[in-house]
Amino acid sequence: MTINTMAKGGWHRDQMSCFRKMEKVIVAMQDPDMGMKMRNQRLLITIIPHAMTGRDIIDWLMKKSNICEEESLHISGLLVRYGYIYPLKEPRSLVLRPDESPYRFQTPYFWTSTRWPASELDYAIYLAKKNIRKQGELMEYEKERYSVLHKRINHTWDFVVMQAREQLRASKQRRKADRIVLECQEQAYWLINRPPPGARNVLDMGLERPNNTARVTLNSEHYKNEIDTCKRALGRNRVKSSICLEGFMKYSEQYQNHDPIMQGCLPSNPWISDDSAHWTMNLETVPTPTRLRVERWSFSFMELLNDEMGRREFMTYLEKEFSGENLAFWQACEDIKHGESSKIVEKVEEIYRNFLAPGAPRWVNIDSKTMDKTLSGIRHPHRFVMEDAQMHIYFLIKKDSYPRYLKSDLYKNMLAKGIVPQETKKSVFPFMRRQRHSSPSPAQVATQATEEGGNAKGAGQAGTNSAAGSNV
Amino acid sequence: MGEMEELRKEMENLKDQITAARKTFQDSTLQEAAAGVTVVGRVQLKTRKTLRGHLAKIYAMHWGTDSTLCVSASQDGKLIVWDTITTNKVNAIPLKSSWVMTCAYAPSGNLVACGGLDNMCSIYNLKGKDGNVKVMRELAAHTGYLSCCRFLSDTEIITSSGDCTCVLWDIETGTQKTVFAGHQGDAMSLGVSPDFKYFISGACDFTAKLWDIREAECRQTFGGHESDINAIGFFPNGNAVITGSDDATCKLYDLRADQELLTYQDSSIMCGVTSLASSKSGRLLLAGHDDFNVNIWDMLKAERVGVLAGHDNRVSCIGVSSDGMACCTGSWDSFLKIWN
Repeated sequence: MTINTMAKGGWHRDQMSCFRKMEKVIVAMQDPDMGMKMRNQRLLITIIPHAMTGRDIIDWLMKKSNICEEESLHISGLLVRYGYIYPLKEPRSLVLRPDESPYRFQTPYFWTSTRWPASELDYAIYLAKKNIRKQGELMEYEKERYSVLHKRINHTWDFVVMQAREQLRASKQRRKADRIVLECQEQAYWLINRPPPGARNVLDMGLERPNNTARVTLNSEHYKNEIDTCKRALGRNRVKSSICLEGFMKYSEQYQNHDPIMQGCLPSNPWISDDSAHWTMNLETVPTPTRLRVERWSFSFMELLNDEMGRREFMTYLEKEFSGENLAFWQACEDIKHGESSKIVEKVEEIYRNFLAPGAPRWVNIDSKTMDKTLSGIRHPHRFVMEDAQMHIYFLIKKDSYPRYLKSDLYKNMLAKGIVPQETKKSVFPFMRRQRHSSPSPAQVATQATEEGGNAKGAGQAGTNSAAGSNV
Repeated sequence: MGEMEELRKEMENLKDQITAARKTFQDSTLQEAAAGVTVVGRVQLKTRKTLRGHLAKIYAMHWGTDSTLCVSASQDGKLIVWDTITTNKVNAIPLKSSWVMTCAYAPSGNLVACGGLDNMCSIYNLKGKDGNVKVMRELAAHTGYLSCCRFLSDTEIITSSGDCTCVLWDIETGTQKTVFAGHQGDAMSLGVSPDFKYFISGACDFTAKLWDIREAECRQTFGGHESDINAIGFFPNGNAVITGSDDATCKLYDLRADQELLTYQDSSIMCGVTSLASSKSGRLLLAGHDDFNVNIWDMLKAERVGVLAGHDNRVSCIGVSSDGMACCTGSWDSFLKIWN
């Protein structure tokens, strides 16, 4: 058993909100008017009220929250797993069966959220009671735990036994029905808080993160910093939410065909067909890129730059326009930003020689203010010394050359030549053909109508043929 | 004492002004904005592969940029690099400390990193000369557990920690380059922007912060959650932040509107969010929960469109490959599953 060093506050943080939500549902289920219909449980000659069947629970949840059966099963399963409802038949199997199996609500006294953490002392008393009540009633694992506890809290053992005896005596005063219910409730509580070996521990929090209380001291310096941050935040430019939302919609729409989870992918989904043709076609460098890929280059300048092939094509175009040095400069600056620290000085010098020095072979056109700033920065080179110049050139290319490239014949030809892969059909019986991807692919939409008709006919024929074949 | 109280009041006042300013830019509801968007039908993803091999809870996974390799970290003290198509283990790296909470794959594919209760971020070189995978660096300076780490390149990595700070490290020298302090609770997760200029962090103070990597300062702070933020990520275009919290909701915060625009919640979802990922177009949001399920949301309409139910214990990590082909989930049941 791990020693819990987390303060109770720490546990509250993780699980409380989920328990509170479950408790709301439980309370609603027990509402006298709108709640569940209760039945009686019959145990030989004893009748115990306030029971319900698994089926009742599922149906009530479906009706109350307007959800499907699958969802209802999931939620009711949670309620059982966390001990808010317990099964009366097969108490050790904490699952919700959607049939006539009886269940009962756990009393709030034994709710996980009210009595956490379960203490060793309480567990010892519970096991002692079980032991005293009927010798040999403890299961193997309970016997082991009992003896471990006996050793560990030996100093309070008299108290444990005394409490156990006292509680047993008190319970004998109760009516049989009440006594049985209380025993069931207690058993259910301990099945969750001290699960048998092999059963899942639902109260497992995972790795215990060391408790950090107040790592940030709320002193005047902290408040002054916060005030500064707030003042700056107050003055920031904001964009209307309608424009932002529209931005997201446009983006999703634009990329919809490029999203394999939404639209499937051609020639086939490698995860289903075990055919990696899709990836072979989309390697960094291929003789002919796919049309979707070339299309993406037109979505944004970053898409073009991030694709090595796109960058090469763009460079070819720029060379034709005698402005290739801009892209080369940008790439060299990127290399400094993301490369090894030890090479920064030599790379900066190389950039200066090639691009910035007067009379440099690939001189780039930067405004004088930025140039002055960069040149003085070069004396003490660091990773971001080229940032301003790089930004200047980046926007230059983006505003000027990039749009022209998209209108150029070079790009248009690339787009037209772009591969649109054919859907590969695995050779299985046509009438057993499975979906190659999660949904029909867009490129096939135009031809699908005719193709589908053709296939259906083909399938019908093949079907009859094979059937005929098997009859022979 | 009086001075502190005045400062606190001034801060509260400014915060209220910010809230009011944000409200004035809320000029449309989601219903209005998303009215014309085509409905996504029920999304059903199936398990295509199950990666078996870990012997204990899986705490983290991360896809490589080639979209077939991924790395996972488990409490059994192993870091495993998987070929997800063949389900073979490419590398099985034994760790010094088995209390690992996070792992990351470098964009180049050369390095992997992991860390946890040892307060350190360990970098491993997968492409060593003699074929063995060895520790390349151990980045130690955090005074709290390592909750998340993400590479910017082979030379830089950002980590978030239980000591409430995030740190940018120089891997070559093994030193801290920048410390991003400001959170008032354990920093639980982080995400890097598509242009590598910013990163976001979610923490146990219920807020998410956007940091400028170069200027080393917090640009924006977003609140609204009622519990710890466990998972965070960027919308694919880099203009919004998506967070997942213990309060069982996910939220979308727009960076330009500087506020929360969407909340993804449902009364039948009760258990906290542990991890999240978005599909390539940003249309779908996949969120892993404590109740063993992954919920799939239509991000634009804030409606649930699917559920992935296949794990026998908490879903602790989720990721969508960079080409958007497949989603991988890792769970405390020690299995990873590939879905699409």
